[in-house]
Amino acid sequence: MDVLLLSRLQFAAATMFHFLFVPLTLGLSVLIAYMETMYVKTEDETYLHMTKFWGKLFLINFALGVVTGITLEFQFGTNWSRYSAYVGDIFGSLLAIEATTAFFLESTLIGVWIFGWNKISKKAHAIVMWLVALAGSFSAIWILIANAWMQHPVGYEIRNGRAELTDFLAIITQKFAVLEIIHTVSAAYILSAFFVMGISAYHLLKKQNIEFFTRSFKIALVVGLVFSFIEVFEGHLHGADLAHSQPAKLAALDAHWETSKRAPVYLFSIPDEKNEKNFIEFAPIPGGLSLLAFHDFNAEVKGLKEFPKDERPPVLITFGAFKLMVGLGFYFCLVTLIGWFLRNRLVENPLFLKIMLFSIPLPYIAIELGWIVAEVGRQPWIVYGLMKTSDAVSPIATSQVLTTLVGFILIYGLLGAAGFYLIGKNAIKGPEISAA
Amino acid sequence: MDLQSIWFFLWGLLWAVFFMTDGFDFGIGTLYPFLGKNEQDKRVMINSLGPLWDGNEVWLITAGGVTFAAFPLVYATMFSSLYSALMLILFALILRGVSFEFRGQIEDTRWKKIWDTCIFIGSVLPAILFGVAFANIFKGIPFDGSGYHGTLFSLLNPYGLLGGALFLFLFLEHGAIWLCIKTEGDLHQRAAATANKLWPVLLFIAVAFLVATKFATPLYDNYIAHPILFVVPLIAVVALAGVKFFILTGAWFRAWFSSALTIVGCTFFGIIGLFPNLFPSSIDAAHSLTAYNASSSSLTLKIMLTVVIIFIPVVIGYQIWVYNLFKDKVNIEELKY
Ligand code: HDD
Ligand code: HEM
Ligand code: HEM
Repeated sequence: MDVLLLSRLQFAAATMFHFLFVPLTLGLSVLIAYMETMYVKTEDETYLHMTKFWGKLFLINFALGVVTGITLEFQFGTNWSRYSAYVGDIFGSLLAIEATTAFFLESTLIGVWIFGWNKISKKAHAIVMWLVALAGSFSAIWILIANAWMQHPVGYEIRNGRAELTDFLAIITQKFAVLEIIHTVSAAYILSAFFVMGISAYHLLKKQNIEFFTRSFKIALVVGLVFSFIEVFEGHLHGADLAHSQPAKLAALDAHWETSKRAPVYLFSIPDEKNEKNFIEFAPIPGGLSLLAFHDFNAEVKGLKEFPKDERPPVLITFGAFKLMVGLGFYFCLVTLIGWFLRNRLVENPLFLKIMLFSIPLPYIAIELGWIVAEVGRQPWIVYGLMKTSDAVSPIATSQVLTTLVGFILIYGLLGAAGFYLIGKNAIKGPEISAA
Repeated sequence: MDLQSIWFFLWGLLWAVFFMTDGFDFGIGTLYPFLGKNEQDKRVMINSLGPLWDGNEVWLITAGGVTFAAFPLVYATMFSSLYSALMLILFALILRGVSFEFRGQIEDTRWKKIWDTCIFIGSVLPAILFGVAFANIFKGIPFDGSGYHGTLFSLLNPYGLLGGALFLFLFLEHGAIWLCIKTEGDLHQRAAATANKLWPVLLFIAVAFLVATKFATPLYDNYIAHPILFVVPLIAVVALAGVKFFILTGAWFRAWFSSALTIVGCTFFGIIGLFPNLFPSSIDAAHSLTAYNASSSSLTLKIMLTVVIIFIPVVIGYQIWVYNLFKDKVNIEELKY
């Protein structure tokens, strides 16, 4: 094992772990802010209990989101020093802007929200939650702009042996960034909606606090339904954009080997990377890929063979992750749609409630798969077309990285287990309504 | 002043504010097993920093981010050279952060013990290591074009350790005083006694550090070239004397501000001495990273300056609002953690 491989594993472990907590922070903060606003508006105590119950789960998750984020802020320097030196002019500023404009607000105000119940007015307290939610979204926007730049670099010039900034506006408004922000934030809303629906379903199945959990369920259902459909539609645009921005990734998503017009999509296929073909190709939709990528049945789609072998992403992983993500995307549309029709008869449909309960992990899986598609599919590039991952790694000792990788796995494993256990424990316990 | 120098001092300022704010959190976390005699004391101690530590920690994240943005070569070289030390700090901060949230979740003594230990380690380790790291930077780091030629242990040289001790005691004093502000009764008495007892030790270490700096580092060169700059360490020393004075008169807020000023003064004592070096090499001066040879392009520096000039005052504004909101004694009826 070399420093490169270990650093990649460590980075993947650290970011993917961070992203177990990020989406719930992004989505649940908005839902809680909404609940608290309803409490201020209607003075209905149920909304207050909802705010506090979901807030408790939120805070455990938030703590893990924060601590896992800190490491990431420094990982580019520790493990990817050549990358940092090469692109810091652009990439570093996006990270620094994220910290000054978003993290301060989020982290300072969360303290006020936790400790400020009796210190500021009800209205101000609800506004604080909106600001926390807003700051979370800001942070997502900036970091995703940074990531989009690695996926599709714009607004720079190579000078003094590094990428230097020439057009800041081009970077923050580029299409890739917009697509990525909408896709990731929608994914976060889906995840949070399924989280709230799943836990509500658990209590509805036990017929506990029915009013409380029906109301929670319905709020989440609307969010889940809307964003599941947005996600599929927008995901399609995201994929189509790859035809221009990252053709090798697009070809890998569908294991499309030969450049061809009227390129098909197969409902089922298994790529065979060694022999540059697919083991099985089943149920083709002729022209499907051309249509998806160019909105034209007859358009030419570049195949993987168009790219030198060492400039292709690992096909099987990219392909598999993509298909599963897309499958889950359609599944989320389906179940939320069913939920919409059952929304006024939830308690009478235990089967549906059970499905929702067991669906809690699925958006987590979809989101992690999404990142695998985006990041593994970008390989061997760390900055697409500009710098290879193998040229980006720090000149440090293998033993150092091995030690910290093991450390991360141990500590994150234990903390993650403890965190999810506590979330589960509090979720099962339910709201403390008598206390009020 | 040119852009690079402005950024050099902004960079120093961010670190100084981080030490000034999160410093008392580290101090309280280190005092925690010693002053927290019973469950209630412990909860009061955690709650004394509960609403603030997270916002304080962001100064570190911003200092890191700004290093990346303004001096990418420093970000790359510093953090990969000091890999092990930085990773230890990060692991410690991870443990500290979750402990506050996790500890109160289960009523079980063993469970609480685990997080009590984590709070202590997560506070004492960063306090010392930041000092060790900065002292070593003042001294110069053994690196050249092919990377870092040292280990974690080569950082633990006498001057480095003295730096670690200095930071630890600055933060302990700072934390003890914050506890005096936030607590009542028995805990308050113990915190006050601790603040009082720590002071002479801190004074001794600070003087030792100032003297050792003369022999271990070239920091005084800038001061000798511009003697007016001696004002900065002088302010630090006067502020340190002020700490003692205000402790004796029981003026805790003033004592805390004095202690904050001491920390900022100490940091700037180093920063000014370092200028224009950000990360000097001890083996090959040609590889030393300075504000001039390691900076970003001037467009990036300008954009970042605009962002910082607009947002940092806003941040300071709402952080002052929050500090003000939570300046009263911890209310035992309303313990959250
Ligand atoms: C799409 C969203 C998103 C993505 C891709 C990332 N993060 Fe993140 N991050 C957040 C969204 C977020 C958040 C929602 O704002 C968090 C999660 C929990 C929290 O408290 O804030 C957060 C917390 C968080 C923190 C702690 C901030 C604090 O104390 O408030 C840091 C330092 C980072 N992140 C840094 C990073 C870095 C360097 C990333 C790139 C590898 C990264 N994050 C990916
Ligand atoms: C939080 C969500 C993210 C997840 C789950 C994620 C996932 C991954 C994965 C799985 C890899 C390994 C790919 C491989 O080695 O084949 C990787 C690599 C990488 N990603 Fe991400 N990523 C995320 C966000 C980001 C962001 C926001 C950035 C930049 C701002 C980024 C930058 C990188 C870098 C620098 C590498 C190292 C190159 C490599 O290991 O191949 N990632 N990421
Ligand atoms: C039919 C539905 C979907 C399609 C067509 C789709 C399409 C895509 C594509 C093409 C990418 C790669 C973009 C890149 O190269 O950076 C991507 C990434 C991603 N997907 Fe999906 N997706 C779908 C559903 C979902 C769902 C349901 C989730 C999670 C709930 C999700 C989460 C993600 C995430 C987190 C990323 C990485 C961030 C990004 O690049 O935007 N996707 N998706």
